[in-house]
Amino acid sequence: MSAVSEAVTSSAMRTREATVRRFALTDTIFRAATRASAILVLVILGGVAISLIAGSWEALSKFGLSFLTTEAWNPVTENFGALAPIYGTVVTSAIAIIIAVPIGIGIAIFLTELCPRPLRRPIGIAVELLAGIPSIIYGIWGLFVFAPFLQTTVQPFIINLFHGIPGLSSLFAGPPYGIGLLTSSLILAIMVLPFITSITKDVFDTVPAVLKESAYGIGCTTWEVTRRVTIPYTRIGIMGGVMLGLGRALGETMAVTFVIGNAHRISASLFAPGTTISATIANEFTEADGDLYTSSLVSLGLILFIITFLILAIARYMLMRIDSRTGA
Amino acid sequence: MRHFIRSAAVAIAMAAASALSLSAAMAADISGAGATFPYPIYAKWADAYKKETGIGLNYQSIGSGGGIKQIKAKTVTFGASDAPLKGEELDSTGLAQFPMVMGGIVPVVNLEGIKPGELVLDGPTLADIFLGKITNWNDEAIKKLNPDVKLPDQAIAVVHRSDGSGTTFNFTYYLGDVSADWKEKVGVDKAVEWPVGIGAKGNEGVANNVAQTGGAIGYVEYAYAKQNKLTYTDLVNKDGKKVEPTAAAFSAAAANADWSSQPGYGVILANQPGAESWPMTAATWILVYKKPDDAAATGEALKFFAWSYAKGDDMAGQLDYVPMPDAVVKSVEEMWGKDIVDASGKPLYSGM
Repeated sequence: MSAVSEAVTSSAMRTREATVRRFALTDTIFRAATRASAILVLVILGGVAISLIAGSWEALSKFGLSFLTTEAWNPVTENFGALAPIYGTVVTSAIAIIIAVPIGIGIAIFLTELCPRPLRRPIGIAVELLAGIPSIIYGIWGLFVFAPFLQTTVQPFIINLFHGIPGLSSLFAGPPYGIGLLTSSLILAIMVLPFITSITKDVFDTVPAVLKESAYGIGCTTWEVTRRVTIPYTRIGIMGGVMLGLGRALGETMAVTFVIGNAHRISASLFAPGTTISATIANEFTEADGDLYTSSLVSLGLILFIITFLILAIARYMLMRIDSRTGA
Repeated sequence: MRHFIRSAAVAIAMAAASALSLSAAMAADISGAGATFPYPIYAKWADAYKKETGIGLNYQSIGSGGGIKQIKAKTVTFGASDAPLKGEELDSTGLAQFPMVMGGIVPVVNLEGIKPGELVLDGPTLADIFLGKITNWNDEAIKKLNPDVKLPDQAIAVVHRSDGSGTTFNFTYYLGDVSADWKEKVGVDKAVEWPVGIGAKGNEGVANNVAQTGGAIGYVEYAYAKQNKLTYTDLVNKDGKKVEPTAAAFSAAAANADWSSQPGYGVILANQPGAESWPMTAATWILVYKKPDDAAATGEALKFFAWSYAKGDDMAGQLDYVPMPDAVVKSVEEMWGKDIVDASGKPLYSGM
């Protein structure tokens, strides 16, 4: 009897050991697989950085730091500078963010705080659908519908409105082409809006109801609750959404290529045509047959890589400071 | 999970099998890459040629620069370029070059009340417009050429190609030929540093921007302008005669050109003499190796080109391209018989 029970116990033990071993094995495999995935990201990132540096070496060693400060982009004399594309990239993205952030946060506040329940889902879905539209569609729409509208109505009005006012008159100087820096900024603003809105909306939903209710309870208005409770509680999430939007705006290629005017010039006017780093690469890479020309285009890619990296780093740093201040 | 793995394995096996059979089917096809400008006519010829011979063409219209890169890397049997290679480059790479087909480039404008062919421009005026020296449509220089046309007091909006392009190469070559100022300040290339205007991608981009912008002027390939009914202008040619952009005017420019003057038939057809010649005519070239590694493939490609020269003229006309003159074709085929040989030195082409 006891021998039988011992045998049963030992066989049960063996089964359990086998199970535990199997669990340990699957765990090891799981750990290795996830670690490999994480390392793969670093390897790819490193590979991209190395190949960009190698590809841009010829141009950077020839032009040096003056590559960053030269406006000329002349394939005939092979004299290249990145200042105009850098300027266009930074200005269009900045204007897009300035326009999209208040609107995006406004939509999020309306959806979470004020919107009647039956409207909430349709508006929310509509905003998210904006993110699903391919960028080429934005480009075509921008060129065929939006640009002619700007050219015939908005731009002449603004040019006349600010005519003769120092500063503003050169910022909004004609002729009205319809396409240009401002048009691409507006298209970019529409494109980044869903990123900012949906993330902001999600983080607004995480604000504990008790906080808001207490604020309402002591007599705060909706504006005060939003301003003093909701936004301070969620600013890190909002920042995240804005940075995600900025990242998309900086790298957006196709839609911008359609509506920016693709001119390697820096003009004071926002109505003037310009170019961005990604638009220049998309336009010129296929026909760039000189080594120095190709290398200069790769250098532009490297610069965009660095700009994006810097902006993400700055965003992290700001978030860290906010964190530590809240902690203290 | 196991199901998933099995179905994935089946999918991979099927993909591999289809890739194998695909490559077997494509082994007989001619492979080429390059210029986008002649792509429609190459595709049309290839279609008809395949019906007749069963041999297809795999042509990637990736742009002239890409075509030159690919033929140098020997990944394709022939390359195609809108800008000819220079003699020394042909010698150093061992490539043979010959022109395949021609087309024209026309200025297109958007002016209210002006119909196609009503406005006349000449080379120096066109250069000054694209240099930003002439900025209004009622400028004296334009008025002098068009005494009977009512020109509006409207700013000129210049539209140019933003991507590198053989069309731009031929256009800037013409402007450089007629204007010393253009040659010195801007130069001639597939992409240049434009002094004024907005850039648009491709012929369709330029056409759309011109169509949308009041007072705009741009340049597109003739076939494109004709098929989309754009408002083209006439030009004054080298002999001082006013010409309309027609297939006859492009042929006249080609007939008057001295094809043997440049190595590899690398004659730019811009601003050719002759009373009938359209000044912005452009040819497009094919590049093959004189001593190819895969002699059989190059032989097949030459057969296709010979067939296109012989039977492709009508098809070219339908698409508003201009076939090469017979004298040029004869000279090119003689060159094939002499220069393009296999490893043992035997010519790859011996007549149709």
